[in-house]
Amino acid sequence: MITKVIMPKLSDAMETGKVIKWIKKEGDSVKGGDVIAEVETDKANVEIEAFGSGVLRKIVVGEGGQVPVGNLIGVIAEPSDDISNLAASAPSPAAAAAPALPAMESYKSEPATTSVVPMSPVPAATAGASAGGGRVKASPLARKVAAQSGVDLRLVQGSGPGGRIVRRDVEAAGTAPATAQPVVRPAAAAPAAAARPAFVIPPRTGAEFEDQPLSPMRAVIAKRMPLSKGPIPHFYVTSEVAMDRAWALRADLNALEGQPKVSVTDLIIKACALALLKNPGVNAQLQGQAIRVFHRAHIGIAVALDEGLITPVLRDCDAKPLSQIAFEARDLAERARGGKLRAQEMSGATFSVSNLGMFDVEEFSAIINPPEGAILAVGSVVEKPVAEGGQIRVGRRMKMTISCDHRVMDGAMGARFLQDVKRLLEEPLRLLV
Amino acid sequence: MAAQRFDVVVVGTGPGGYVAAIRCAQLGLSVAAIEDDRPGGVCLNWGCIPTKALLRNAEIVGLFQRAEEFGVTVGKWTADYAQAVQRSRRVADRMAKGVEFLFRKNKITLVPGTGTLKARNVVEVKGKDGAQTLEAKAIILATGSEPRSLPGVTIDEKQVISSNGAVRIEATPASLIVIGAGAVGMEFADVYGAYGVPVTVLEALPRVLPIEDEEVSALLARVFSRRGMTIRTGVRVQKVSPGKAGLTVEIEAEGKAERLEAEQVLMAVGRASRTKGLGLEALGVASERGLVTVGPTMETSVKGIFAVGDMTGRQMLAHKAMAEGVVAAEAIAGRSPRPVDYDNVPSCTYCRPQVASIGLSEAKARTNGREIAVGRFPFTANGKAVALGETEGFLKVVADKRTGEILGVHIVGSEATEMIHEFAVGRTLEATLEEIIHTIHAHPTLSEAALEATLAALGQAIHI
Repeated sequence: MITKVIMPKLSDAMETGKVIKWIKKEGDSVKGGDVIAEVETDKANVEIEAFGSGVLRKIVVGEGGQVPVGNLIGVIAEPSDDISNLAASAPSPAAAAAPALPAMESYKSEPATTSVVPMSPVPAATAGASAGGGRVKASPLARKVAAQSGVDLRLVQGSGPGGRIVRRDVEAAGTAPATAQPVVRPAAAAPAAAARPAFVIPPRTGAEFEDQPLSPMRAVIAKRMPLSKGPIPHFYVTSEVAMDRAWALRADLNALEGQPKVSVTDLIIKACALALLKNPGVNAQLQGQAIRVFHRAHIGIAVALDEGLITPVLRDCDAKPLSQIAFEARDLAERARGGKLRAQEMSGATFSVSNLGMFDVEEFSAIINPPEGAILAVGSVVEKPVAEGGQIRVGRRMKMTISCDHRVMDGAMGARFLQDVKRLLEEPLRLLV
Repeated sequence: MAAQRFDVVVVGTGPGGYVAAIRCAQLGLSVAAIEDDRPGGVCLNWGCIPTKALLRNAEIVGLFQRAEEFGVTVGKWTADYAQAVQRSRRVADRMAKGVEFLFRKNKITLVPGTGTLKARNVVEVKGKDGAQTLEAKAIILATGSEPRSLPGVTIDEKQVISSNGAVRIEATPASLIVIGAGAVGMEFADVYGAYGVPVTVLEALPRVLPIEDEEVSALLARVFSRRGMTIRTGVRVQKVSPGKAGLTVEIEAEGKAERLEAEQVLMAVGRASRTKGLGLEALGVASERGLVTVGPTMETSVKGIFAVGDMTGRQMLAHKAMAEGVVAAEAIAGRSPRPVDYDNVPSCTYCRPQVASIGLSEAKARTNGREIAVGRFPFTANGKAVALGETEGFLKVVADKRTGEILGVHIVGSEATEMIHEFAVGRTLEATLEEIIHTIHAHPTLSEAALEATLAALGQAIHI
């Protein structure tokens, strides 16, 4: 079997990578999972693993060589395999490197040529997940579809019994294969099964503690968060918003027939999108020696899951009407909970929103999701006494805290952005025009 | 009288209702079950179970007819159809008593009578001893279905009979016309045919067992014809009226009008949901063309009211109803059940040879635009089948060529209805052809045909 070694795309913004070191030499035998080389990206040095077994037959890009993402950097094959075509062929971009479809006769074994690019921004994390003993539970059919569509099962969340990955999970997660069935969306009007869950405190167990293996998702979070909170100097700005008018507007919108229900989060997303266009300095991220300023508001929405959290991305929120944001945000969140997000929906945000309001949280601060430059943490809308013109009345208030990357922006920029979000929410008709 | 209160009231105790009731009781809920007939519904009393007893008789009669083939000389023998029906009644009685026993064991209150919804949590039961009112936190409707007729034809259960009459009447007619070549029509044609009744089967669609794979239909029509039955497909029945031999059936076939005579007509054109008088309209329970609309947890449009089984349509099959009963019960108990996978419900017909299938027919699989692989294995090449003298039929596997996904399996042959479950489990687990071929199948068994047909789909069959 011939396995191409390709310059992996290790972050959203990565375009080229430099081979720092080959750990294996030409002629060394290699097993799947062995670390074969170190690659330098714009942010870190990472090890790359072999995705196939055999002999490292050829090093195409030597140490110190810099090539675009997706280019061939080496070839792993059996000593008997003829690799002359491959080694000589022009480098192919990663996106087009779908494995050849095996014929019926040969699907009992792996495709003759595979080229697998890790989909995780930090491959070391996935290596950690597999080293941590987390066997991927997947149906035979799911494995086959994943192998053919290049989906890394370690990054797929299973919706089958006990979290088993089944075909629809793979189809939802990856580049959908030609035979993919349309994703069935849960009917919005489906009758609810149960009311509010009972408040049960489990009995004290005998064991003093237990060690739970890291789930692949938890392993990714564990790797990524220190890459944020450690190197990125966070600063925080908090503001309180009068939500009375936004609350009333939402009630009015939701009374309209045939319109998707609008949540507070949807209003905040729209407000942030508009404020980001007005304050591009906040819609920015550090890219090596430059600050990349975005002119689109692609907003990541943190969705809590039982085993961690995921931040699906709602693109072009600045250009979408509120109704569309409401519809797409709900769809993304539902599919995130069902493990049915597509790969392209999990990256590319320019800013994120995390709303813990449903947990009766007054305020909190969030950790920036790199490479983004800022994230907004939103608390509950609460009724409280407010003083206005010498009178005390009851108003609805909500606190929000922005966490900003101080390498990219300063306190006043964050504060001005927050002021604009506040104004948009307090004059919510602006969200509709 | 004050209303009796329960956590759950189940209306109807057929396979959907009694399974739902037992599952609710297992989950700690108090349950009342309302039944206007005997517990067990059509399935145990008038459908699946008694007909399986009759078909067993047909099978034994068939073996006697073939005794020579096995070198057995039988003296004068007779097959008394009345006794076959009596045996079938005893079997049904025993199974119905089994449900009564399970109800007692699970402390389910059986309330005889007819239930009507009065509110979303109230059912009124009219029985022999007057009316009583039951209150429930949740209600499961499982009132089932009843045989349908053609427009203008009245089922009198004497001359024009349905399956309800056929399982009760102890005399065989001098001749019989079966209208409808679905599972019910083909099974009764087989029973009456075995007892020497000249049988004509009429089907409006172009083939018998129209929901099955085309190859299955073709083989079954051939076998029935060889046995002396008349099978006519693409026939429109215009009128059934009194005639010389008993009844005249006026038909139109290939554009020409014809008259057929028979003593009895068995109407087997399908079943209609039984919802009349249940009070659905007054509560606003949504339904479509007589079938109650339900969500994935079997809840209807009215919160707290669930419906399972034939009354919800889709496949009108006892095993589907049971699966739905479990889902409804678990949803009511606050669990989050896996919804029924309607694409993975086996379909079975118990005539000789038996027919069983799951998933897509070959033709349907092709219209899905996939590239498919088809493997067939005839029972003539299966050692066990040859030893049994049951070589009619084949097993056919339809798979996705790219992934090896098992799209559909179609079996016609002895014990087909037992063999289908290998593939039902396989599909539930998302096994591919590869997992089947790596499963060692005992030799000699009919099930080896499953292995061989799967190998054939990969172009690797050994024994053919």
